[in-house]
Amino acid sequence: MRNLIKLIIRYHFFLLFIAIEIIALTLVFGENDYQQAALINLGRDITGRLNQRITSWTEYLDLKSTNQNLAQENTSLKVALLKQELMRDETVVIPDSLFERKYFYRPARVVSQSVNRQRNFLMLNAGSKDGVEPEMAVISSEGVVGIIKGVSENFSTVISLINIDIRISSRLKSNDYFGSLNWDGLDYRYAILSEIPHHAEVLLGDTVLTSGFSAIFPYGLPIGTVEDYEIKGANFFDIKVKLFTDFKKLSHVYVLGSLLKEERTELESQIIYD
Amino acid sequence: MIKILSRNIFRFLILVLFQVFVLSNLQFSGYINPFIYLIFILLLPFETPKWLLLVFGFALGISIDLFFSTPGIHASATVFMAFLRPFILDYFAPRDGYVQGTFPRVFYYGFAWFLKYSAILVFAHHFFLFYIEVFRFTDFFLTFGRVLFSWFFSVLFIVSSQYFVFRK
Repeated sequence: MRNLIKLIIRYHFFLLFIAIEIIALTLVFGENDYQQAALINLGRDITGRLNQRITSWTEYLDLKSTNQNLAQENTSLKVALLKQELMRDETVVIPDSLFERKYFYRPARVVSQSVNRQRNFLMLNAGSKDGVEPEMAVISSEGVVGIIKGVSENFSTVISLINIDIRISSRLKSNDYFGSLNWDGLDYRYAILSEIPHHAEVLLGDTVLTSGFSAIFPYGLPIGTVEDYEIKGANFFDIKVKLFTDFKKLSHVYVLGSLLKEERTELESQIIYD
Repeated sequence: MIKILSRNIFRFLILVLFQVFVLSNLQFSGYINPFIYLIFILLLPFETPKWLLLVFGFALGISIDLFFSTPGIHASATVFMAFLRPFILDYFAPRDGYVQGTFPRVFYYGFAWFLKYSAILVFAHHFFLFYIEVFRFTDFFLTFGRVLFSWFFSVLFIVSSQYFVFRK
């Protein structure tokens, strides 16, 4: 026993190093660990407040372009509204459950973000208090931004589209071929759309939209345009997509929750278990 | 003693805030992100107990992690670097050892000494950090390129800070 204590005292530096390193690495790799969740929650609340303070200062610098974007969005919404008004005068509207509201929007502000890491996250100033839940979609007026990952009372973290772990089912607008979009970790302006079959005709400049196959994103949200493509292996294209969303100057986003998600996932789970 | 302690705590806070709110918002290129918060570990006094180094390393790394929401990544890399520091210091020690009352800085031990000392430790940190972050070896050379780029800029920042901020 005394020898053991002597040994521990002698190698205390190395043993302490190993112990702390193990703690740190469990935090890194324990996906659903309690400690990780606790740490992230603590961090979200402290840093969320700090980030919000700092964002409220830096926002002044981007006011001009933000205003422009919002004005643009306003105009397009007004035009859409006008069209609908015109239609209503001429046509009889028959209530149809197909056109019922399936998604709800919640505006939020980005309080912190990164673009220079492999796994990039955003933080929004909307949390469980505002009805935000994990796995909701996040979009901007330009296009898809990401998916909600964790929520605390006042803040939520978003897995950004430029995160090497994210995959989004998406399709080409002109011919409806679908594949999966993910980020290759290189340039925050581009992502890769893979699994498009070889016989599909790919047009440069074609728009890439969400496919609506997952319960998270509805059909037809804009993601980006085809910038370049190459043949990967024998059967598939690798398409380089220029993203619509500029992650460097993102400030206002919308959280999009599906009202029919439970119904949908329930139906999907039946298929798997039957 | 109290003076050294309070000065270090102040430096800790300033470096974390500078790293998170200033440096990480500058975008040099997709490949370059310098980490200057390591200055804190590099500049700790020679007499700092070894175990305290590890504790400081963990505290520093985990504070950065809190802001970046990357639990453990910076903590593990910084602890690794703090672990190596005594060995590197021993290796580069002058013939008569380090003089009492001096600090590991350019002012006391010269440019060449500080460059070697910081370059090796920062490289160890960045290497650990970037490979833990991607956690795969498929794009080995791409990741290695990011390590080298960031390493170069971190060392540049850290060494020049010796002339502009931490002069004495």
